[in-house]
Parts: sequence; C-alpha cells; structure tokens
Amino acid sequence: MNGRAREGGAAGGGAAADDLSFDVAVVGAGAVGAATAFFAARAGLRVAVLDRGAPGGGTSSAGEGNVLVSDKDIGPELDLARHSQRVWREELAEHGHHWEFESKGGVVVAATLASRDALRALTARQRAAGVVALDVGPDELGALEPGLRPGLAGGAHYPEDAQVQPVLLVAHLLRLARAAGATVLPHEPVTGLLRSGERVTGVRTPRRSVVAPAVVNAAGTWAGEVAALAGVRLPVLPRRGFVLVTEPLPPTIRHKVYAAEYVGDVGSSDAALQSSPVIEGTPAGTVLIGSTRERVGFDRRPSRAALGALARGALGLFPALHAVRAIRAYHGFRPYCPDHLPVIGPDPRAPGLWHACGHEGAGIGLSAGTGQLLAQALTGGPTALDLAPFAPDRKGLAA
Amino acid sequence: MPTPVESGTSELRDPRDPRDPFDVAVVGAGPAGLAAAVTAAAGGRSVLLLDAGERPGGQFWRHPPPAPGSAEGEDTVRVHHDGARFAALRRALAHHVARGRLTHRPGHQVWLVTRDEDGFLIESTPVHPGTAPVTRRARARALILCPGAADRQLPVPGWTLPGVMAAGGAQALWQGQRALAGRRVLVAGTGPFLLSVAGGLAEAGARVVGVWEAGSPRAWASRLPAVARVPAKAVEGLGHVATLARHRVPYLTRTVVREVLGEDRVRAARPARLDAAGRPGPAGDEVPVDLVALGWGFTPSLELPLQLGAATRLDADGSLVVTVDDEQRADIPGLWVAGEATGVGGAALGVAEGTLAGLSAAGRPTEGRAARRLRARIAAHRAFARAMHLAHPVPAGWSDWLRDDTVVCRCEEVDAATVRAAHDTLGADDARTVKMLTRCGMGWCQGRVCGLATALLASHHAGRAPTEADLAATAARPLAFPVTLGELAELGDEEGGFGGDAVGAGEG
Repeated sequence: MNGRAREGGAAGGGAAADDLSFDVAVVGAGAVGAATAFFAARAGLRVAVLDRGAPGGGTSSAGEGNVLVSDKDIGPELDLARHSQRVWREELAEHGHHWEFESKGGVVVAATLASRDALRALTARQRAAGVVALDVGPDELGALEPGLRPGLAGGAHYPEDAQVQPVLLVAHLLRLARAAGATVLPHEPVTGLLRSGERVTGVRTPRRSVVAPAVVNAAGTWAGEVAALAGVRLPVLPRRGFVLVTEPLPPTIRHKVYAAEYVGDVGSSDAALQSSPVIEGTPAGTVLIGSTRERVGFDRRPSRAALGALARGALGLFPALHAVRAIRAYHGFRPYCPDHLPVIGPDPRAPGLWHACGHEGAGIGLSAGTGQLLAQALTGGPTALDLAPFAPDRKGLAA
Repeated sequence: MPTPVESGTSELRDPRDPRDPFDVAVVGAGPAGLAAAVTAAAGGRSVLLLDAGERPGGQFWRHPPPAPGSAEGEDTVRVHHDGARFAALRRALAHHVARGRLTHRPGHQVWLVTRDEDGFLIESTPVHPGTAPVTRRARARALILCPGAADRQLPVPGWTLPGVMAAGGAQALWQGQRALAGRRVLVAGTGPFLLSVAGGLAEAGARVVGVWEAGSPRAWASRLPAVARVPAKAVEGLGHVATLARHRVPYLTRTVVREVLGEDRVRAARPARLDAAGRPGPAGDEVPVDLVALGWGFTPSLELPLQLGAATRLDADGSLVVTVDDEQRADIPGLWVAGEATGVGGAALGVAEGTLAGLSAAGRPTEGRAARRLRARIAAHRAFARAMHLAHPVPAGWSDWLRDDTVVCRCEEVDAATVRAAHDTLGADDARTVKMLTRCGMGWCQGRVCGLATALLASHHAGRAPTEADLAATAARPLAFPVTLGELAELGDEEGGFGGDAVGAGEG
C-alpha cells in the first residue's frame, strides 16, 4: 500500500473532532482481526482495530483454541494451516507462553475398520503434503491415551497439533499491536463505510469517522453484514457449536483426542445437528468436550440435543468420565462459508475493502498465518502463500 | 430412562409417566414456590413442586428435622416470626399432596430447563445421590420459577480463613442443624438481615461482640413513607433491636470489616469507619472473635430464567432480576417468576408474588378483589424493599479495602492484583472478558461466590457503573449445577413423542 494518510484531518474537511485517520482499519477484534492488526502494525502501518463489543468476545471466546493440521485434508486450507504452524512456532514463538501455546499433539481414533482405512488414506495424503502424521495401531493407542476405551480399530498421531487460550491470545496480540502503535477502539460498531466513488476509504461508527485507505473485514460471523455495507455479497453464515467443560481433574487426557468422523462433519454442509467427539485437557485441569455443528441462526439457549450428544460422544471414547461432572457449557457461532474456505484478500468488487473472515472452526489456528499474509499484501509485498484460493470473488462463494 | 418411582420423604408413590405433562411445574419450595404451588393446585391444576431442600420452606423457613416423637412443623412456628404463615402453607401442601393434585419432589436439584412447542422440559438430579430412586425428568405446560437467592459476598483481606462465613450461612447452620459456627461472633456488612442473624445467634447462646453496619440509620429517614406501608416490617425490625439490646450487642454504623486476622482460623477482625464517599479509613484495633458472619444482601439465582432467555433488569440493590408483568409473567410464553428472582424483598413479598403467579398460571381470575389486595401488598413490599436497598448499598469505595493479594475467586485462587491487571495491562473493560482472562468465577462454584465482586471490580476499573451485561456474565449458567456426564448423556435421547428434540448423531 502506498502513501500514509495524515493524522487527524479527514479528507474533504468538515471532520468531527473525534475523527481519526489510519493506514488500515480492521473491523473485528477477534483472533483474526487481532493477528492482522499485530502484523500490520509491526510492518509499519498505522492501524486501528474496531469492535462492536469487547475484543475477543465473539467467536474467539467460544472455541477450544484449536491449532490443528490433523483435521484438514490436502488443499488450500491445509496449506494455510501449515503456513500458520510456522508463524506460531517461529515469528510468534517468543510470545507463546502468554496465550498458553501448548504443542500437545492430536490423536485421531477410528472405531471401525472402515473408518480406520479412511484415516490411513488421509494420513498418507497429509504426509505427502508435509504433515507429520503417524499411523497408530490399536495396541499402541493405550500408550498414547490410557483412558481410551479398548477395542478401537486404530488411529493416528499428529505431534504438530497444538492449543492456545484464545481470549488470552487476542488480549496479548492487541497489547503487542498497541505497543507497535496500533489503536484499539472497542465497543464501536461499524455502521457504515466511507466511500470515494467505488473506493472504500474508511468506516463510520456512532462516535466518529475513521479514515483508512484499507478496511479489513475481520468481523467473523458478522462479516457478511460488513460486506453488505459495501454493497458486496459475502456468504458467511453462523454454525453453532457447544462445548462442555468438566470439573478440574488431575492430568487425564494428554492430547487433543477426536474421532475420525470429525473430519467428515467439519466438511459437511448439513444444517441439522452433527456431533463427533473432541476431548482434551487444559492447563487449568478442566477437560473440554466438543463438538457439535448445526445451523440454527444465532439461537443462544442451551440445547438438550447438543449437550446430550457431547456427553455421549465423550463417554464413547473415555468411559471413565461417566461420573465426572460437567460444571459449564458454552457455545459459539463459527463463521462458515459454503465451500468451507476462509476469505482472505482484497475485494475487487469494492476497492479498498479487504477480507479476513470465514475461517469457520479453524479461525484461532489460522489467525496467525492469515494476519501475517494479509499484512504482507497490505504493504504491497509478495505473500508467502498464494491467496488466490481464498479470493472473495471465487467460484465457491457464488450464489 | 430413570424409573418413575418417587423418592423418600413423601409417603406417596408417584406413578406418573414422565412423558405425561403436569399442568404447572414449580421450581423452589421457599415462600414464593410454596404459595405458587398450593395456589395452582387449589385451582384444580396438576402441579409438580421440585425443590433442592429435603423439607419445604427454602432459606427463609429453614428448619431442622422434627425431633423423635414430635410432628413435623411444631418447631418452626416457634422459630420463625411468621411461622403461622409457613404452617398454613405446609398444611395446604399436605392437603393437595394427599388428594393427588400436587406432586412434591424434595431433594431434587433442577439443572436445566428448556422450552419447546409443548411446554417445558425440566431436568433434575438428586441432591443426595443414591438415597432413593428419583425422577430426573419432568414435563409441564406452565412453569413457575421461584429459585430464591444466595448470600451476596464481598472479598476482604482474610475472608478465606475458616471462621469467616456468609451471614445467611451462619444462620442456616443454626436453623437447619442447630449448630453454632462460633462462640465469639462478629456480624458485619449491611442491611436489616444482619440484625436478624445477630439476634438469632445471640438467642442461640453465642456471644455477639458486635454488629458492624456499613450503612447509616439516617439513610432511612427520607424513606419513612415506604416503611409506613409495611408496618409488620417495622415491628419485625424493632423486635430484632430489642433482642440485641437484651443481649447488650454493640451496634456500630458506617463501620466495616477492614481485615480479618488469623493463622489457621479466625482470631480477630479490625474495623474501619466509612467516610461520606463510602471509602474505608484506616483499620482500628483488633477485636478478638472466632466467627465473622458477613452479609451484603442477596444475589437472586437467575440460572434457570436465563437458560430460557427471560428478559432481565437491574434492581435497586444492583442485582440482576427477571422482568415480570403485573401477574408475575416473564416475557417467555408459559413462564412465571416469583420471589427473590424478581427483586430481593423477603418472605412476605415472596408469598404474595407466588400466590399471584399461582393464580395466573392456573388460569384463575386475577382481577377480583382478592387479587387487587395481593397486588397492593406486593406494591407495598416492593416499595419497602426499594427503600431498604437504597438505604443499605454496597459501599462505593469497598474495593479500597482489598490488598493486591486478597483472593477474589476462591475456586481458581485469583487475587485482586490479577483482576486489576486484566484491565490495566490487557484492556479488559467488562466482567466477561475479565473472567475469561483471569479465570475469576470460572471454577467449581461458577461465580456464585465471587460473581458480584468480579462484576463490580471489572466495571470499577473501567471507570463506569456495572451494567446488566457485567452481572449476566457471572449469573448465566447453561448448566445450573454441576451434573455428571452420565446424566448429561441421557439428554436429547428421549423416546419418540417425548422431548421433540432432534437426536444427536453422537458416536459411542
């Protein structure tokens, strides 16, 4: 991006006293927005991050903090996940303790011979793409995870799978971004876009105008509404998921453990409730139990069907959890695109508008790579990974 | 499916098929719940009364099991000043149970309520597992939630020492088990409830070395009209004052506990005077005590109404309460809420609200003279409660008595400095974010103890008053109580025709 906007004076005069001017305005202070702000600020851009609520208070606060390669088949999303792995482990390594980065590894288990064979085929493809994926025989599963029920057909071990605490991630990325000069504006909903002809030249909030030649739409589940402000269609839909949290336990479950069927559920587009068990311990001692997926809009009430399915799924893998108590449940809305790929890059339909959204359930893990790549693009440089598969006007997003 | 055989204390077996809905379910058997249940049953409705307690009465009318050879109820008439009202409700309960109109399930902790097109589904778990078979699931066309309230607590240096209790907890220990938690007792905090606790403990034989009231009696002066509408409350208050005078209990106003001292347990407490802005001054001399009972009012239990998505508001005491109309209806079709959950106001108000809710839920007339009298009584008690709340606020400068290492969240051992750092270092400006960054309120009790303090500190650090959202962040619990995964696994697994939920495609 060329040319820095000047501080204060919005082009054209008549600016209110509170008006601000930046190089980049990031809409949405979730993990993706925070990572974008961090990398852009570190690249020397003057950045504002706006959120309609509290930073990290949306989808970022409602997941498990997954940083996974295991649940992705070969393709652009796996490429982005592998790129993100490098960013987490290299550029962000010195900060990892702030957000409890834990390279705990993932264990995928298959209950039947058929699902084991499908898993074997998946790991072979993933290995060819550079993922460390180790096939595990039924007798070796107990050594990896002693609590797993006997009689499983086999599994796979993914040492690169990791976990972060996503709310800490957002708070510390924003702290680091502020240290690099970024401005964080919480509780400021974007109600409109500033336009100059076709171009998007900033955002409007109830409090002020924020002039910026680049506006990044990192609004997660609400990204479609931000895009609509620019008159462009972006099909990002909420896909609800519940997580159960148990009472704190002594270290019981070492890895992120999930059923091979999870990969299929992630890739499905069915609106009805789907559930496949995902179980893991946390540094606090609690065990997190996912996962459900259903398209029910923004319904925030507890769901009997989802909570029951989570518990049954967990007991199916770890029968000894039967008498363990759940103390909490929470839910969130994954920002889901019909072709299950995120949207990253400039929108040719509305020059000045960029997107970093639609990461569905993988947004925490993909945030690091997304933010870094977008910062590279915003500064006009080459990107370390080709963004074409994530283009906003790609065929997979057509109505 | 659990077997539909009823438990314990009731002689009657409950042959009801859990798929068969009750007309009205009432959760909570305190003053409001008891009144609601017997009123709905008297209206000819089939009623289910679910309560965590083993005996009806809730926190207000807590009473020990009857002594061998004596009948249930003899004791309580003496213990409670409004025991006659309680006795009448209990007689009505027994009457309707005997006629099969009312099913009473004591010892059942309700942990989830959901609503579908047929009404409400209610999940409960036994408070004492393994004692008797229980019916875990029930269906009802209408639901009256009377979940009551819990002691409000504020952290103070030393409050985690054994021997520091919530005022209501100290009273409950005496009323429920005839156990005295200490011999030299200090009662502190704010509100008329302190007088009741101190008087009760003094009558029970404890040496009450003082009542330290943060508020000022002068605060009542401008609110006398509200007091005059409820003369019984004034009489009740004067009774407590007389009791304290008889036991020579010193009563200090504008005084708070600055810190509690002790090594393995409480040894002493130090007072501080509050200035006009509600800020504590320096700590005074040690007062030797072995029990400190702290009461800052009550926090309504809103888990169940919030599970259903009921609308809420902030009450005069700063509590989050359910918004109800003039028939105690919440904004969810088929849902009524009565008692402390609609605004803390005491047993008499609870009975009136419960009665009105019972009439309304049973489809009985709510326009006649009797109903008008009920509404007048509710209005008078609410006005009194409002006056009380305004006269006894949490001191504005309470957080000044915290030290950096004062524990705010006991479950997760989060101290005051950590909570402040969430704002100062990480920019957290609301209770939910503070909670998620620090784990304050995320432990076993899910914020029941530290929720108010977390909300107050988060908003204080952000330089603003607490909002509904701050309080909801520590009051909403999608699981109202901890429940085993084994019990959860039965959810959404109902037989055809029951539940109406899609059955999850879970593995295993």
